[in-house]
Amino acid sequence: MIQKIFHPTVHLVVTLVWMVVALFMIFLYAPQELMMGEVQRIFYIHLPSAWTAFVAYLVIFLGSVGYLWKRSQEADEWAQAAGEVGFVFCSCVLVTGPLWAKPVWGIWWTWDARLTSTFVLWLLFVSYSMLRSYLVNPARAASLAAVVGVIGFVDVPIVYMSIRWWRTQHPQPVIFGGEGSGLDPRMWATVLVSFGAFFCLFLYLFRQRIWLLRAERELSALRRRLPSRPSKEWSD
Amino acid sequence: MHSLKVIWAIFVKDIKVEWRSRETLASMSLFGLLIVFLFNFGFEPAREETLRLLPGLLWIAFAFTGILGFNRSFAGERENQCLEGLSLAPVDPGAIYLGKVLANLFFLIVAEAVIVFATSLWYNFSFLPSLSWFSCVLFLGTLGYVAIGTIFAAVAANTRMREVMLPVLQFPVAVPVFVGAIEATNGALKGDAPGDYASWVKLLAGFSVVFLVLSFLLFEYVLEE
Repeated sequence: MIQKIFHPTVHLVVTLVWMVVALFMIFLYAPQELMMGEVQRIFYIHLPSAWTAFVAYLVIFLGSVGYLWKRSQEADEWAQAAGEVGFVFCSCVLVTGPLWAKPVWGIWWTWDARLTSTFVLWLLFVSYSMLRSYLVNPARAASLAAVVGVIGFVDVPIVYMSIRWWRTQHPQPVIFGGEGSGLDPRMWATVLVSFGAFFCLFLYLFRQRIWLLRAERELSALRRRLPSRPSKEWSD
Repeated sequence: MHSLKVIWAIFVKDIKVEWRSRETLASMSLFGLLIVFLFNFGFEPAREETLRLLPGLLWIAFAFTGILGFNRSFAGERENQCLEGLSLAPVDPGAIYLGKVLANLFFLIVAEAVIVFATSLWYNFSFLPSLSWFSCVLFLGTLGYVAIGTIFAAVAANTRMREVMLPVLQFPVAVPVFVGAIEATNGALKGDAPGDYASWVKLLAGFSVVFLVLSFLLFEYVLEE
């Protein structure tokens, strides 16, 4: 679907330009945070990658349901591509998080609700993609991966609730939180532009992965049409 | 009623197979005992510390023991294409899943009883004062764990290196079971009022119901050829 909207090269150029604009806004436009200082600017990388990872997870779920329901091969490709690309963005959250936590909280990591849930989400991305590559029979891979995709998606809110009851240290949502929360309008603009850049990058990687999946499938279909042992023809 | 018969038939079949070889239960119990035994070197708990470590120790032992059992429950079905036979049977695939859950639940609970008994001896800890609530928590936690483990074992049976694949799939999804079961076991063993840890028991019950129903519906796609 995305393939038809605009050419990959155009998409890549748009993504790169958008990323440069986002970088400009992160470092020059957004005001310095009062308490945390410059280090807070990692927020504009951290939060957009987290949102993108959640979007990717939603795509796995929708793709899995779509495959089980309609047997659509495209839905299966979407789920597989979102699993791998989502892994990259979720890893980005887990790398930027500790970098920010160390100067602000004084520790790299704590087993708090949001951190632990994000880590579980990352493990789910890993296990989903690992399952894909270890399945023996490619014809059954789509159904089995879809089953795991659906179970994992239903699990995430339960994980989040259970760990939240257990302990919480991560700041309450600043953006959609209660009273006293909220961002400077320039910070808002920066985080949204940065999210746009991340999302554009996600779509680019996602479409390229789908294109690659289709090329792989086409190649294996062509291979099957070749005579199985070409050397035999020579001996005739 | 037909589905209940199927569930029972699968359960009885698994028990019979186990009775003839007695391999799964023996290896699960022994493996669990070894974990508890090794923990003793890791922590050398003094008497007063035992209560603090025990819930975590028990559930880690149960987790690994369970993985061993689930892997075997579908590894056996792969021999002689039994899994294909099951999927061709004109019955509800969900019923096959529930029969397998019942058998795995039975094996894991027997192995857990052995582990708890040995822990009680080795760590000089009496489970008797809290036995009723402790068993309730143990049952619900195990049920949720088995609900997930059975469907993932069926998925992992289709992969290379399934011994690795199963824990990789199982542990992240089972996080709520560990959190809930360890907290509730802690409350039960300390002799807290059941109301204090009721929310954890509810979490375990809810988790079990959600994933039993979901897996019941999805198992059809796991079995299909």
